[in-house]
Amino acid sequence: MVAQTHIEVVMPQMGVSVSEGTIVKWLKSEGEATKADEPLLEISTDKVDTEVPSPADGILDRIVKLEGETVPVGTTIALITPTDAAAGKSGLLPEPASAASSAGTQAAAVSVPNGPGGGRTFVSPVVARIAAEQSVDLSLVPGSGRGGRVTKKDLLDHIERTVSAAAETESQPQAAPAPGARSQPSSAPHFETPGERQERETPGERYERMSQMRLGIAEHMRRSLDTAAHATTVFEVDMSRVVEIRTRLKPEYLGTHGVRLTYLSFVARATVEALRNWPWLNGEVRGEEVVTRGFVNLSIAVALDESKGLIVPVIRNAEGLNLLGIARAIQDLSERARAKRLIPDEVQGGTFTITNPGGYGSIIGTPIINQPQVAILDVEALVKRPVVISDANGADAIAVRPMMNLCLSFDHRLIDGAYAVQFMAELRANLQNWNEERY
Amino acid sequence: MPEMTYLQAISDGLRQEMRRDERVFVMGEDVGVYGGAFKVTVGFLEEFGPWRVIDAPLSEIAIAGSATGAALMGLRPVAELQFADFVSCAWDHLVTVAAKQYYRAGTPVPLVLRLPSGGGFSGGPFHSQSPESSFTHIPGLKIVCPATPRDAKGLLATAVEDPNPVLYFEHKHLYRRIKADVPEERYTVPFGKARVHHAGDDVTVVTWGAMVYTAAEAAGELRGEGISVEILDLRTLQPWDKQAVLESVAKTSKLLILHEDTRTSGFGAEIAAQVAEDAFEHLDAPIKRVAAPDTPIPFSPPLEKAFIPQVDDVASALRELVAY
Repeated sequence: MVAQTHIEVVMPQMGVSVSEGTIVKWLKSEGEATKADEPLLEISTDKVDTEVPSPADGILDRIVKLEGETVPVGTTIALITPTDAAAGKSGLLPEPASAASSAGTQAAAVSVPNGPGGGRTFVSPVVARIAAEQSVDLSLVPGSGRGGRVTKKDLLDHIERTVSAAAETESQPQAAPAPGARSQPSSAPHFETPGERQERETPGERYERMSQMRLGIAEHMRRSLDTAAHATTVFEVDMSRVVEIRTRLKPEYLGTHGVRLTYLSFVARATVEALRNWPWLNGEVRGEEVVTRGFVNLSIAVALDESKGLIVPVIRNAEGLNLLGIARAIQDLSERARAKRLIPDEVQGGTFTITNPGGYGSIIGTPIINQPQVAILDVEALVKRPVVISDANGADAIAVRPMMNLCLSFDHRLIDGAYAVQFMAELRANLQNWNEERY
Repeated sequence: MPEMTYLQAISDGLRQEMRRDERVFVMGEDVGVYGGAFKVTVGFLEEFGPWRVIDAPLSEIAIAGSATGAALMGLRPVAELQFADFVSCAWDHLVTVAAKQYYRAGTPVPLVLRLPSGGGFSGGPFHSQSPESSFTHIPGLKIVCPATPRDAKGLLATAVEDPNPVLYFEHKHLYRRIKADVPEERYTVPFGKARVHHAGDDVTVVTWGAMVYTAAEAAGELRGEGISVEILDLRTLQPWDKQAVLESVAKTSKLLILHEDTRTSGFGAEIAAQVAEDAFEHLDAPIKRVAAPDTPIPFSPPLEKAFIPQVDDVASALRELVAY
């Protein structure tokens, strides 16, 4: 076995702040053929689960890191013998016969312990309970008990590994540390005796362990309120022009591009445009300095199943996208967010967030800023309202118009009210006077 | 703090109770002139006189019956049976009268019956039994099984104070084998509170009496293998410290119950059932029992050794639990 005849598969760098990943499942077994870009294994980081494609055509020669193992980025996790090398077309001198054949025998001799559970499906009561409370998929936990059974210790070790990995990644500095200590998720679950539990329970109450995502959201929301000086302003926007353009473009977008044109896309495009002139809203407070940017990484809040969870994927360099590009990006990211197929970089590095509760009929809100950003725009429901308009002669009349409220929460540490409302006025103007040529 | 054997601690505690409270008296076969079959009451006759140190006829039913009557009349008898095995003769008085008197007539029966129990010295089937489990089934009786000199003295004081009939099982094999520092002054050890003999994380052993030391030796062996064993000494079986057992099981998720008495319907069965009811969702392995087989206790030393749970039996059961 020499290096040239093998291609190493390494734990990929899934994002700047991701330092390690856990091998969830090998999709190929040793000795199996694989094609370049064909999914080879599934990995999990603190942010997302994803598949890792094969780097080349060839044979998966050896699995170095087993399911359930957590390894640093760059660690060799498997060796692939490329097809051309295997066929002797590598252009390299053939290896001495003994060495070449040893590669094969060695690979075959590598004993892969039974996969999770080793086919034994017995789950002890305590393991079943903890797995349910912590929302752990037991098939991902390597078992050390009799017949490969997952023991309580295996499970607790697994939970501790994943929690500490998550904590480590999250604590990578993105912003100045928030004042007030962060509450770390507790790694050692507390076990109640039935007596304690009975004392605590009131008839009619039900207890349920929070998921890791829920704990993360809770921590993030609290930290934001502890960090930013939140203030919210609300603007009414007459969406008549946008409605008219959307009605016209919608069939074309869907038919030609397969993209659903939503009001959110218009608001997102108009927001990116307005941020050019109000750069602090796309900025960040870092210590005693203000960071501004020549790009907009637009975060879009996406509610997950049963509205129990939230993920905020990022449209990178949104300033370079036209209406179609933004609509496509929103559709792609939200679909993949719900399918849990985002990669970690896609949920990091946002500079401004848009949240869209209007889809559920909400008309006003005071959103919490997504740290370390300084503002979040809340897109509310489009509703028909009687409004006073002035005709060409300056006479007032009441008309029915599709109106939408836009709410902006901003961090008053950096953004003064006058700055925020001027941005909002420009955003409103962008929407009310939508310029098809420009957007 | 003076060092005392388990036997000296019982003797010391009993003497202290008699000095403290005139109502306390002892009776039993050969407890007076001879000082007791195991010499617990040596010197008592000289100090307290024949009215408070009474040699009884060779009749356990007479001893239990007189003690019950004396207790009903307001005295605090501490009666001794030479061997716990013969308590079967006193069953009727203990179970039918003493245990039910307060319920039936509202009159307390504050008697203590000392019952030298346990094997390990080729005493054979009549002088080696550990009959405590049988009495845990009788509402109205309290069951005490000290393992250490300190507990032997403190639990005896609590037994004397208790207004209910208390069966005090003292393990013969511990009498002169176990020594420890025991406070000179009077103190009590509460009923229903287990003692952590050895703290650990991987597996819990619940036991009492002489088996505490068997468990401790096994735990010592396993420590070398990186296995951390928690040993709970129940100290009293009626009442017993369910909370301590449940908490320990919640921690380790693996439970071994160890007792010297025979297996079927031994008190280990009760503990196992209780844990299965209240701590099912904390278990990571089946509950395991190590106990004597369901036979009379043999005379033959090798057979007796095969009968009474040994360190190796406990160690291998613990290894199995840990590997489960």
